[in-house]
Amino acid sequence: MSSNINHWKVFSKGIIKENPALVLMLGMCPTLGVTSSAINGLGMGLATTFVLILSNMLISALKSLIPDKVRIPCFIVVIAAFVTIVDLLIQGFVPSLAESLGMFIPLIVVNCIVLGRAEAFASKNGVFASFLDGLGMGLGFTLALTLLGILREALGAGKFFGMSFIGGGDGIIAFVLAPGAFIILGFLIALVRRLSAKN
Amino acid sequence: MEYILLIISAILVNNIVFAQTLGICPFLGVSSKISSSVGMGAAVVFVITIATLITFLINQYILVPLELGFLQTLAYILVIAALVQMVEIILKKTSPSLYAALGIFLPLITTNCAVLGVAISVIQKEFNLAQSVVYGFATAVGFALALVIMAGIREQLELGNVPKGMKGGPITLVTAGILALAFMGFANLV
Repeated sequence: MSSNINHWKVFSKGIIKENPALVLMLGMCPTLGVTSSAINGLGMGLATTFVLILSNMLISALKSLIPDKVRIPCFIVVIAAFVTIVDLLIQGFVPSLAESLGMFIPLIVVNCIVLGRAEAFASKNGVFASFLDGLGMGLGFTLALTLLGILREALGAGKFFGMSFIGGGDGIIAFVLAPGAFIILGFLIALVRRLSAKN
Repeated sequence: MEYILLIISAILVNNIVFAQTLGICPFLGVSSKISSSVGMGAAVVFVITIATLITFLINQYILVPLELGFLQTLAYILVIAALVQMVEIILKKTSPSLYAALGIFLPLITTNCAVLGVAISVIQKEFNLAQSVVYGFATAVGFALALVIMAGIREQLELGNVPKGMKGGPITLVTAGILALAFMGFANLV
């Protein structure tokens, strides 16, 4: 069975073709909420990737033990446990990131990407394939968040990963706030559609 | 007076969708028709108000005394999921007409991060019980307001000539961005 699955395809589909944030439009809340700077986007993306990989692997390993009728609550408990671990790790080792991401770390629990992959992929496939799926989807999400963070930080604060541009001004403050998030994400999704329609 | 300020700030100044960017999935998903957006808005007001009350009590009387603060996320999400199910069952038995109006929206609410977001933020803001419930209710009204405004605009957008790549998601996001800019005008109200 498992030899039929093309591992490279499982891994790579999340990065561009089925990018969770830019193509499937899942997990919009953290995508819009934490990308006020590139480093926040990167941090949130990596935290989500960590939860995604571990919850995918554990759910895949437990799939024959979980009764079908109560599978969603079971998935949520597994995900919430890993989110709590990530929350405590970030608070312990990167307190500055914990402060800037704030409430959005516990909110990874309700990120539809994590539950979506558990339901659509991990509950039907083996542990290794689920690991690759989680890694690919997580990296795709991280890529989208970092890109959005870079654009918002450049337009809104005139900085790149915290470093000012040479001769850069103060930027347009609205792009660091919520309106900029909506507008830039909208145009980014339109751009991705345009590029993928050409191929 | 304090409560009036709290309500205005939660609905307009810190609108949950346009300022805090929470609850975006249902905001994008259920905002294409005014009638369904009103139903979803009402269901969210109902669930957030009750969920804020119950999670506040759980935090105050179970998690804090037993020093189980680290279980907050896990406890809250289970309570919210169970609560949504319970509300659905109770409504079905006691008020079939309300159930018919809100029914299909209720299961969608478990994955609405606004519910968990409000429950966590009232603890972070160190509100008391009355403030928490008022804040939860007002925030949910803000969500319903955002949803209905967006649905009104999207019904008109259907008739417009939108470029192919911008159809659906992108144009909705850009419209929401412009609305969020408008809501920034409330910034110094309170």
